Amino acid sequence: MKIPATLTVNGVPYPVELEPGTSLLAAVRDVVGLTGAKEGCDDSECGACMMLLDGRPVNSCSYLALQAEGSEVTTVEGLADGDQLSPLQTAFLEHGGVQCGFCTPGMLISATALLADCPAPSADEVGIALSGNLCRCTGYAGIVKAVLAVSRGTAD
Amino acid sequence: MSATAQFATASTVEEALAALAAGARPVAGGTDLVVGARQGKAPLPDALVAIHRVSELHAIDGDADALHLGALVTHAEIAAHPDVRARFTALADASAIVGSHATRAQGTIGGNLMNASPAMEAGGPLICLGATVTLRSTGGTRDMTVEELLTGPGATVASNDELLIAVDLPHPAPGTGSAYVRLEYRRQMEIAVVGATAVVTLADGEVSQARVGITALAPTIRRVPAAEEVLTSAPDEASVEAAARAAAAASVPISDLRASERYRRAMAEVIARRAIEIALVRARGGDVPIPASAVGQ
Repeated sequence: MKIPATLTVNGVPYPVELEPGTSLLAAVRDVVGLTGAKEGCDDSECGACMMLLDGRPVNSCSYLALQAEGSEVTTVEGLADGDQLSPLQTAFLEHGGVQCGFCTPGMLISATALLADCPAPSADEVGIALSGNLCRCTGYAGIVKAVLAVSRGTAD
Repeated sequence: MSATAQFATASTVEEALAALAAGARPVAGGTDLVVGARQGKAPLPDALVAIHRVSELHAIDGDADALHLGALVTHAEIAAHPDVRARFTALADASAIVGSHATRAQGTIGGNLMNASPAMEAGGPLICLGATVTLRSTGGTRDMTVEELLTGPGATVASNDELLIAVDLPHPAPGTGSAYVRLEYRRQMEIAVVGATAVVTLADGEVSQARVGITALAPTIRRVPAAEEVLTSAPDEASVEAAARAAAAASVPISDLRASERYRRAMAEVIARRAIEIALVRARGGDVPIPASAVGQ
């Protein structure tokens, strides 16, 4: 039986009707219609689906959408301000942090959560924080470089 | 995974308990329940009650006797808490290495315990630090040690209408140091291949009390009294070695895709020795970074 709920994604309230078992990822992609977050493993291993839930990272493939009612959900679409990319997004482009791009939405969300929690991480801390985000192109060096560039304030 | 027909969100413990009494199962961070359903381990329950909005279960505070963790305290909150890091360091070691930062942001201590994995990181520290849990149902409340709670892989003494409300940790005696170390193939998104906990209290250079626990080495996480007895003789190299051997001897590991029984048994001694050594350094006031598992890598 579908249950009516309101999901607030990137500051916009979306009235939805969801089966209780629907994942947050499926709700945001298929019902809300924001397809930035990706389904990789569908098993909470790869981080491609990562979103922020009240500012904290969540693997949305393994989180029940109905539990997100009353919380602020942020996806990669919510990181830019209009056409103005976030400093992290700009740094990913400048430092070769994007290859095929499939992991990028989750990487950006994960790195955003890291920098909110720890504004000046070491390379090791960046690596640890992004361990839950797999890049099938193995482009980690550029990704870590991009995050460090923002944390040192050189990407603006 | 859309088999669940009923879903409700509880805002108080009473609402949650009423839902459990009516047959619903609880979900908080979903990092075991929902992931397990997606992996095909077990379908989602027919009726779910989401307890993540029950504000009274989010507290992490303390009094003169104990540190109190509400069931919904997350691993991220535990690992960052100054009092946990200073006085219950083994628990900080454990919570700091659960899953990834997304797992730690959502995964709760209550869910972790009730999932009852013999490989859970937090179980050894909680048992060795003497933690108790409070279970509550519409019929009443009971307290027990974590050792008493856990009865087997995925099994606890709790009945289906009981909710884990809180975990309480008695303050360790002055001079206590603790550590949790796991054998891991990678530093994140991992679960203990083999784990060991040590809690030692030093008084006048002697070990006045010792607790040694083994993780992922038996059907439940358990203490090793033989190792504890050896350690309380003297904190020298020979007794540390003997305690580590006792931990390995008490192991009854399984073979699975992550390690063979033989390898686990061999590594039990190595990992137990590391945990004991780090606990001793910390008991003497030495600084060993959290998480202890990363030391020496």
